[in-house]
Amino acid sequence: MTKQQANWSPYDNNGGSCVAIAGADYCVIAADTRMSTGYNILTRECSKITKLADKCMMASSGFQADVKALQKLLAARHLIYQHQHNKQMSCPAMAQLLSNTLYYKRFFPYYSFNVLGGLDSEGKGCVYTYDAVGSYERVGYSSQGSGSTLIMPFLDNQLKSPSPLLLPAQDAVTPLSESEAVDLVKTVFASATERDIYTGDKLEIVVVNAEGIRSEYMDLRKD
Amino acid sequence: MDQKPFSQGLLSSEADSQRTLYPYVTGTSVVALKYKDGILMAADMGGSYGSTLRYKSVERMKSIGKHSLLGASGELSDFQEILRYLDELILYDNMWDDGNSLGPKEVHSYLTRVMYNRRNKFNPLWSSLVLGGVKNGEKYLGMVSMIGVHFEDNHVATGFGNHLARPILREEWHENLSFEDGVKLLEKCMRVLLYRDRSAVNKLQIAKITEEGVTVSQPYSLKTFWGFSAFSNPTVGAEGSW
Repeated sequence: MTKQQANWSPYDNNGGSCVAIAGADYCVIAADTRMSTGYNILTRECSKITKLADKCMMASSGFQADVKALQKLLAARHLIYQHQHNKQMSCPAMAQLLSNTLYYKRFFPYYSFNVLGGLDSEGKGCVYTYDAVGSYERVGYSSQGSGSTLIMPFLDNQLKSPSPLLLPAQDAVTPLSESEAVDLVKTVFASATERDIYTGDKLEIVVVNAEGIRSEYMDLRKD
Repeated sequence: MDQKPFSQGLLSSEADSQRTLYPYVTGTSVVALKYKDGILMAADMGGSYGSTLRYKSVERMKSIGKHSLLGASGELSDFQEILRYLDELILYDNMWDDGNSLGPKEVHSYLTRVMYNRRNKFNPLWSSLVLGGVKNGEKYLGMVSMIGVHFEDNHVATGFGNHLARPILREEWHENLSFEDGVKLLEKCMRVLLYRDRSAVNKLQIAKITEEGVTVSQPYSLKTFWGFSAFSNPTVGAEGSW
């Protein structure tokens, strides 16, 4: 008797790309709004970005049901934190919480590729990048998702981040201005949309700075 | 307790034989769209047992509470199970007797959680659900898949509807469709599905939900056209073929 094969998968890839770039006093987080399954588009207007805390946003792509479950969990944990400590969670604190939450399901992972962006306790931009099981690192910029292989090399070239191995440690945040960083993000997504079938429809850009949070949208190719 | 032999994998002991492996009696596509006054949803009345058309009067759309309408495709017994869950949910909601009632957004959220949690336990409800409704003037239309993938949009479809109906809807849907135009658009989608989906049957219902409530139409059939000249003498030009 042959071993039984599974006829359904608990995972699906709903596609999409996310990017975050840290600046001296701002952070740009962006993601497309297309949700797909296989070769179908399910919807053209589904946000991948969520606000976890006042100065902390998360963009995630991968399996949407896991992404939403993860976002819900973190939002709930943040609420508890606020009740217990009477303050907002800082971005580095949320970063650790996300890592621990992901590793908790190490043996049935959240198929969610995350990029956390916001301002640290000193008001400087910070970006944390993750894999599906919680390994994370603070960086100056990052991209995740289906278009990340197209986006990341371009960001590496344009943002010329210093090696993390250098001593003394050099600042990873980009010297670009906020508007230059937003333009870079728009360029990067327009390019990724050309070649990645899962990226497109609309780009949602969120900028976090000392004044607060603002959103911007840009149309992308719908094919 | 006996150790499970490694070769048997996930599905060996008696308890595991209770898990869903594959669907048995299934319904095909559900298509729905937002129109001026609310939501229009269409589904045929077929229940297939593999390739046999076993049941021909299955109602695959049901009203939920005061504000919502649920349509399902996939395993029909799982749809009935979901209706039992929702019955209990609505009952408890009514028991509060506080003048408040669960709207379509809340029911959609509940269904998403149910489907996702069953997927987490590796025992899914093998259904794709379409949830539409109107509450306080706000129209809502969403979908949940068997593994918990969910979203809302101006028009949704399950199964073959995703491939055949969504493109038509993307081209021809617009805000503030009248009731007649909405029905015409849905019928256009259902006709294409009837021609091209092997498991579709020509007996369908269209349901409407507005602020006033839910109405599910009587079953009816669509007019089809088969009078193409190529069908009348199919072997002309290739004698001996069929």
